[in-house]
Amino acid sequence: MVNRIHKDQQRFRQIVRGRIRRDLRRYVRDGELLGRQGKDAVSIPIPEIELPRFTFDSGQGSGVGRGDGNPADGQGQDPGEGEAGEGEGQHLIEVEVKLEDLAKILGEELALPDIKPRGHASVVADHDKYTGIRRVGPESLRHFKRTFKEALKRQIAMGLWNPERPVIIPVKDDRRYRSYETKRQPEFRAAIIHMMDVSGSMGSEQKEIVRIQAFWIDTWLRHQYKDIVTVYIVHDAVAKEVSQHDFFHLRESGGTKISSAYELALGIMRERFRGEEWNIYPFHFSDGDNWSGKDTNLCVDLLRQEILPRCNLFCYGQVKSAYGSGQFKRDLDLAFPAEDRLVTSAIADRDAILPSIRDFLGKGR
Amino acid sequence: MNLPADLQRVQIRIRDLAKAHGLDFFETIFEMLDADGINEVAAYGGFPTRFPHWRHGMEYERLSKGYRYGLHKIYELVINNDPCFAYLLSSNSLVDNKLVIAHVYGHCDFFKNNAWFAGTDRRMIDGMANHATRVRRLIDRVGQETVEDLVDRAQSLENLLDLHALGQRETWPDPRISTEIAEEEEPDYRLRAKDYMDDFINPPEYLAERRRRRREREESERKLPRGRRRDILAFLLETAPLDRAEREILEIIHAEALYFAPQRMTKIMNEGWASYWHRKIMIENVLVDEEIVDYADVVSGTLAEGESLNPYKLGLELFLDIEERWNTGRHGLDYTRCDDRARVDAWDTKAMEGQSQIFLARKVHNDVSFVDTYLTEEFCHRNRLFVYRYNPRSKQRELVTRDFKAVKEQLLNSLSNGGTPVIEVSDANWNNRGELYLEHRFDGQPLRADWALSTLGTIAKFWKRPAHLLTKREDQPVLMTHDGVKGEEREIGEGRRD
Repeated sequence: MVNRIHKDQQRFRQIVRGRIRRDLRRYVRDGELLGRQGKDAVSIPIPEIELPRFTFDSGQGSGVGRGDGNPADGQGQDPGEGEAGEGEGQHLIEVEVKLEDLAKILGEELALPDIKPRGHASVVADHDKYTGIRRVGPESLRHFKRTFKEALKRQIAMGLWNPERPVIIPVKDDRRYRSYETKRQPEFRAAIIHMMDVSGSMGSEQKEIVRIQAFWIDTWLRHQYKDIVTVYIVHDAVAKEVSQHDFFHLRESGGTKISSAYELALGIMRERFRGEEWNIYPFHFSDGDNWSGKDTNLCVDLLRQEILPRCNLFCYGQVKSAYGSGQFKRDLDLAFPAEDRLVTSAIADRDAILPSIRDFLGKGR
Repeated sequence: MNLPADLQRVQIRIRDLAKAHGLDFFETIFEMLDADGINEVAAYGGFPTRFPHWRHGMEYERLSKGYRYGLHKIYELVINNDPCFAYLLSSNSLVDNKLVIAHVYGHCDFFKNNAWFAGTDRRMIDGMANHATRVRRLIDRVGQETVEDLVDRAQSLENLLDLHALGQRETWPDPRISTEIAEEEEPDYRLRAKDYMDDFINPPEYLAERRRRRREREESERKLPRGRRRDILAFLLETAPLDRAEREILEIIHAEALYFAPQRMTKIMNEGWASYWHRKIMIENVLVDEEIVDYADVVSGTLAEGESLNPYKLGLELFLDIEERWNTGRHGLDYTRCDDRARVDAWDTKAMEGQSQIFLARKVHNDVSFVDTYLTEEFCHRNRLFVYRYNPRSKQRELVTRDFKAVKEQLLNSLSNGGTPVIEVSDANWNNRGELYLEHRFDGQPLRADWALSTLGTIAKFWKRPAHLLTKREDQPVLMTHDGVKGEEREIGEGRRD
């Protein structure tokens, strides 16, 4: 009996995966998964999974209630507010999908290769794991239940057990202790550095695109690396490190000096992500309108000499905006015609997000 | 798992008490399940042996997630069957379970005695298992995805039943055999009259009228369906050119829909009745002093009202009101026409007919007729019922009126035909093209257009020819057409057919 429902549940999950994969483009474009994100799962609304029927248009939403009928009496905001299918007996079906699964779907859809971490197994981490029971060990690891059981068994066998006065006294032989093994595992550590241009020319639509793309990139890299550290940097003429919330909500204005961001990123790399074990992924999003050619040259130098040697992959995404000239991408492409570790990509609109992700992550670095 | 011994004693005691109160039920078998188990059974609509489909898995996921987050909890499940099966949640406290057992006996009595359940299959446990076997065989034969798709399509039509003909099996001539109606000789319509009176007694208009009526009758006899047909699933089963898989799935879904329909139609009554009895049995006989607070806690949970009217609460209050009114004789013409306020307030004939009246009500009514018969103006005001409407501008539900007539009308509207629109097949050979013509009996509430169109497409797929649906939007007739691949809709002028 237990198996039967789990079979149906499995099948349901499979179907959900199929739907998400089919509609991945739409989910990415609308960005509706963002903000529905929990710690390690997203809840995804799947409206078409409901069976259509002949029903009344519930938009009118009238009915009979009881009591005072004021907002304090539970008549307040309609819970399904703004969603299709609100009203009685109908709820938008939301399915919780693990970020892990979402990443797999993304990987399958874009045919993304698995990333080969660099700095092979340079860090070896020790993991302790309780694996069994021993007769000797420190008192702090004593297994009370097992010890009790052993003592009980012994007392019954010896005829010392008195149901009227069930006292159990363990002796040394009864004691049981947890035992552990230490496993050595190579560990790769990864860091993502998101940099975004928040100068006056980046409008809210451009930021939304960056937001969506950053979400998917994070999802994929988190799937590839166990621990991942994310750093957020915004810049206009000066750069500063901000929280994730600020990264997506901050609105600055002013000129654009890209080198400021690169310098800050480099500083962070030097300070926090030293050493071979780090796989570093800087992503920079801008509309490509840099302050001056001189600053661009500075950026190129920084990239060539300092940043690129330190990271797995440096990605530059250029979001199209009404004001930006888009010169920076051309400059980068010109400066690094055959550099594996640098990827540039132009993002014209929301539909271009997925191809751009493929540009970035399709190399498997 | 069977009930533990202490609960078994409780169960037997409550059963005997219920019998002593006059309840009459099939033998009831209780089983104890943990939360996962009860969620599983609930996901299968109460039948652990139900056919496999991923929608059950979806329901299970929803239920178990809700349970895990503490949003809801299923205390009990009862299945209309002979014997009745009831599932209890193992984590319930003893008070919970006492209450639930009493509640279950209320449901069992209702299943057995309410007229609308008379036609249900009382061996549905076996029926469901047979359906599951058939579905599995079909999966082996035609593949899982085909079957899933068929079940989805059939289930999206499952609310299109004729609720007033439940349990009746309509018979009508197989259209493939009796399409030809024998041409009869036209009878002589002339009334006997003397020669000189003939023009007066048999005027030509009269004869023409008789001929016209006969022609109309003949036409309607040849027409399919004769009259209109609400049970669209049955109509498709009888008439549509179905392949074997389609036929089997439609049969199964139709049988299950017929089985579940009375439960949808008597939600308020059924829950009200069960709540009435658990209340009576618990308070009068079973509860011991220290359980009172726990009892009150559970009851306040089940009777709590949130967004909309709680059927448990409404049903219970109505049954209590009926009992009170018939005990004191506060009904009938004498009472309603009395306009002496003092007399009305002191009205008590000591008739003590309350018990017999509630038993009568549980026997003959469904929710619509129950509310229609027993919801009085006094009840409406005492319970402070009102009509609300969702205001899209303020995004709030707002109180519209407390007027008795409006409240009752709104309530009856939401209950009638199980809360679903009335859709009828009126012509299976529309324009002599073999196309299906459906009509929506418009009562002021428009259909949800996108769903209506795709449901129409589902019907067209079964019918293998285009299907049309006449409905209204903003008082403008709209004709939807779907040929199974794509659909469209257009507004049409006055008149049924353009």
